[in-house]
Amino acid sequence: MPRDADSLSRFLWPVLIGLLLLAQFAGSPGDWFIAWPTEWVLPFTSSLNTAMDWFVETAGWFFRGLSDILAVPVSAVQKFLHWLPWPVVVAVTAVLSWAASGWRLALFSTLALLYMVVVGYWPESMNSLSLVIISVPLAIAIGFAFGVWGFRSERAAGVIQPMLDMLQTIPAFAYLLPILLLFGFGPVVGLIASLLYAFPPMVRNTMLGLRSVPTDIVESGLMSGATPRQLFWQVRIPAASRQLLLGANQSTMAAVSMVIIASIIGGTADIGWEVLSRIRKAQFGESILAGIVIALLAMVIDRITYGFAGREADDGERSASPWSRHRYLWIGLVAALVTFLLSTVIPALREWPREWEIYPAEAMNSWLEGFILTWSEFIGTLKTIAFYYLMLPVRVGLVDTITPFSWGFEFTPAMRWGYGAAVLALSAWTWWRGRFHLAMTIMFLGILLYFGLTKLSWLVLVLMAGALGYQLGGRRLAVGTLAALGFLVLAGIWPQAMLSVYLCGIAVLISFLVGGCIGVIASEVGVVSRVVRPVNDTLQTMPLFVILIPFVMIFKIGEFSALLAIVAYAIVPAIRYTEHGLRNLPNDVIEAATCMGCTRWQLLTQVKLPLAMPVIMLGLNQTIMYAIAMLVIAALVGTNGLGQQVYIGLGDGDFGIGIVAGIGMAIIAMVADRFTQGWSAARQAAYS
Amino acid sequence: MDQPVKLACRNVWKVYGNHPDQFFEQGNGVVDDASAHAAAIRDAGHIVACGDVSFDVHVGEIFVIMGLSGSGKSTIVRCLSRLVEPTAGEVLLDGENLLKKSSAELIEIRRHKMGMVFQSFGLLPHLNVMDNVAFPLKLQGIGIGERRERAQRVIDLVGLGGRERSYPRQLSGGQQQRVGIARSLAVEPDIWFLDEPFSALDPLIRREMQNEFLGIQEQLRKSIVFITHDFLEALRIADRMMIMKDGQIVQVGTPAELIVNPADDYVAEFTTDVPITRVLTAGAIAREANGQGAGEDLPEVAADCCVEDLLPALASAGSVRVRGDGGVLGVATAADVIRMLARESRAEGR
Repeated sequence: MPRDADSLSRFLWPVLIGLLLLAQFAGSPGDWFIAWPTEWVLPFTSSLNTAMDWFVETAGWFFRGLSDILAVPVSAVQKFLHWLPWPVVVAVTAVLSWAASGWRLALFSTLALLYMVVVGYWPESMNSLSLVIISVPLAIAIGFAFGVWGFRSERAAGVIQPMLDMLQTIPAFAYLLPILLLFGFGPVVGLIASLLYAFPPMVRNTMLGLRSVPTDIVESGLMSGATPRQLFWQVRIPAASRQLLLGANQSTMAAVSMVIIASIIGGTADIGWEVLSRIRKAQFGESILAGIVIALLAMVIDRITYGFAGREADDGERSASPWSRHRYLWIGLVAALVTFLLSTVIPALREWPREWEIYPAEAMNSWLEGFILTWSEFIGTLKTIAFYYLMLPVRVGLVDTITPFSWGFEFTPAMRWGYGAAVLALSAWTWWRGRFHLAMTIMFLGILLYFGLTKLSWLVLVLMAGALGYQLGGRRLAVGTLAALGFLVLAGIWPQAMLSVYLCGIAVLISFLVGGCIGVIASEVGVVSRVVRPVNDTLQTMPLFVILIPFVMIFKIGEFSALLAIVAYAIVPAIRYTEHGLRNLPNDVIEAATCMGCTRWQLLTQVKLPLAMPVIMLGLNQTIMYAIAMLVIAALVGTNGLGQQVYIGLGDGDFGIGIVAGIGMAIIAMVADRFTQGWSAARQAAYS
Repeated sequence: MDQPVKLACRNVWKVYGNHPDQFFEQGNGVVDDASAHAAAIRDAGHIVACGDVSFDVHVGEIFVIMGLSGSGKSTIVRCLSRLVEPTAGEVLLDGENLLKKSSAELIEIRRHKMGMVFQSFGLLPHLNVMDNVAFPLKLQGIGIGERRERAQRVIDLVGLGGRERSYPRQLSGGQQQRVGIARSLAVEPDIWFLDEPFSALDPLIRREMQNEFLGIQEQLRKSIVFITHDFLEALRIADRMMIMKDGQIVQVGTPAELIVNPADDYVAEFTTDVPITRVLTAGAIAREANGQGAGEDLPEVAADCCVEDLLPALASAGSVRVRGDGGVLGVATAADVIRMLARESRAEGR
């Protein structure tokens, strides 16, 4: 950091901290700078509702018509999949898996589909699958078109990028409602929602893939005398094919997860709806059985598409007869035909008999009850500790948390002074050691813990965020941050936003610390790495719903379950990036350090970790993004904050509330994203 | 040179910046003082990638462009093929200005008259050796039978017979560049551009590839523009060479001329590591010595005989008669050779 920026920081932060203290001690909860008065809230919500009403009235016919048109192929595919005997689907999927990556995947797919049959969720699974089958090609086609456009024209790329950012950061639930209002009820809502959610990854990968085709290849195409069209289709596209297929894989996964999420609007009789309604009725055995179906469906689709993306081009030396070139096609056709014929003879292959279904929900429920009874004391203690000693202090502050009822003693004035002195002393000591920014952080956290995040003055917090933005990304980021946070205040959703930030913050903290440790260990110990990797893969392909189930089962509905679910999901990038960062350091530096006589511990703490810090910070960035994504889903099991607002909007059909809260979450996500990226970039720049 | 000119580069400029065209009133790039003009352009915040570059490439000649990175040599070869659009100047292929051609005409010219080899090969990763080599033919719409046959011919020429079905990633760097060479030759081009073709290869392979390249050229007699940053490579293969610095020509000439009469310190710098006895030819010494008298009884040597090979004859006879293409050039005495070598080593000692 340049000298004048440094001195500015040394002046600014003590002033801001002082201002915060002043506001907290002088102000009372009713003051305008602590909580924005309700009568000052700008009527975003109602004007948005009016606008939407007008739009639905004037343009609604168009979207209804579109909906009717789209409903045709969806119901056709649905009918076809239902008509098709299940062994045919199993056989075709197995051959597809085999072609994609070999017999292991074929075996896995077969078992996964058999599970759906045996448990009796076949029709529901096929309903979900039919939506995916229609939405994926559309999403890929649209994404590809936008990607090519963005590749061709710089100006188009300038428009497309922020659009993608918006689509991917506004929680999906928030745009379910406008789709619902425009397109009317029915499976098409799920289709449109999954389209909107699934095409951005394809756009990004298309642009990236086409941009990163080496110049040599393009020039060699030109020198071979390619016309512009030949250059595009025969040189650029094949050379970018790996990236394009990865994009297709990511789009497919997004479509799958969105189809599941969209079932929240109901009436679709698909597997997502099954899980959701079971969770709501607290039927945990049933929800787990259905949840496994979703997880399996997602994994099979992911592995197959990923297999095709990662497959090396055929390795020469093979004869080019029609049989061997299309052998998977032939095998698939034969398998489909054979299974179809068999199913006409054997009725169980036509439709799995109900009495053969294995549905151990009852047994699972009673086992779970027993489990919870046995461990109830432990579970209760864990919840209490987390609640009273971590979550409550952050939310409402030590002032209101420490009572004889919760901590067993009174928060006496002497203790308050002691706490204040301790924070001050720690902060002063770190400052004296030259760690100015750490000292300021300690001061801030001390104040936050004392008063609680939800009771801090919005005014000072917004100013602090602006100052931080200025230091991390210059004037533009500062202005952007002030405007974005100003919107939260003016729209009257600051309190809910702080509740979201609080839950997310704790979850990110836990994920980052625990995940970072696991990542460090995994980078040092090969066995750990090999164990952790498949778990991460599974967590990442798992639709977010499913992650909730086990936590809700054991810890019941509430913030604690939500917290654990968020951590379970957000810990993945923390682990991944830490391990990746530590494993991919320049070898010469490691060798040099080893030659200087570093012990393994010194090597890790003094060489590897500092060098890997930029990558680890990117991991933090991703952790925050994952946590925010999960936050909305976790609101299903009872959290306060913006996630809940989004649901209220969806539940009451109140477009304004839902979309304002959705934008609010997007704002938090984007500010957090820019801050961490700015920080990471500054660190990286300092190294090079 | 007795051969006709194949490709002529006339006052070619390539300027990068916001408004590069403002510096050239006429498109032909002719200016009074090129260096001053380039300096003016630089002062205006533009970048001169190449400035006022002119040279001729004759039929069957290997013309090497030598320069360090950033000297503009890659830009100039791309201007010749119009992969990069020159800001001003003329590029004449068989007397026709390439820069005036429409894009359709240009595609035709590239399909039939030009071949290019790239430093990092530029192979299409999804095609095997056969299909990579046949790719330019496929673009022309030639049927699969003929295209395979013609591709097979050049694949055999570069010694890759038997590897037709391998994919680029299965080949070593040297083999990949053979594919690149075969592909560029598949259309039987008149003019052949090679942009640092061997720079990405390790030294032993590089030497082997240079020999094979010379062998292929022996058979095909193409007109060649060869880019390199390696002075020794340039010496090995060049008929004539051009040294570039900061986008401008420093010197053009045969390797021996450059060594014997470096235009400036920059050129002389390159020659310091060159084993002078391998490069200095009898012809250069005879011309320099300007010695009179035919010396009928002296042993006769060819003009391109290098000093190293001249030594035994000098040791026995004291001086030799040098014969060039057009007859006897003159006499080179041992003293002439020593004087020349002494001058060179003085230059080195500086």
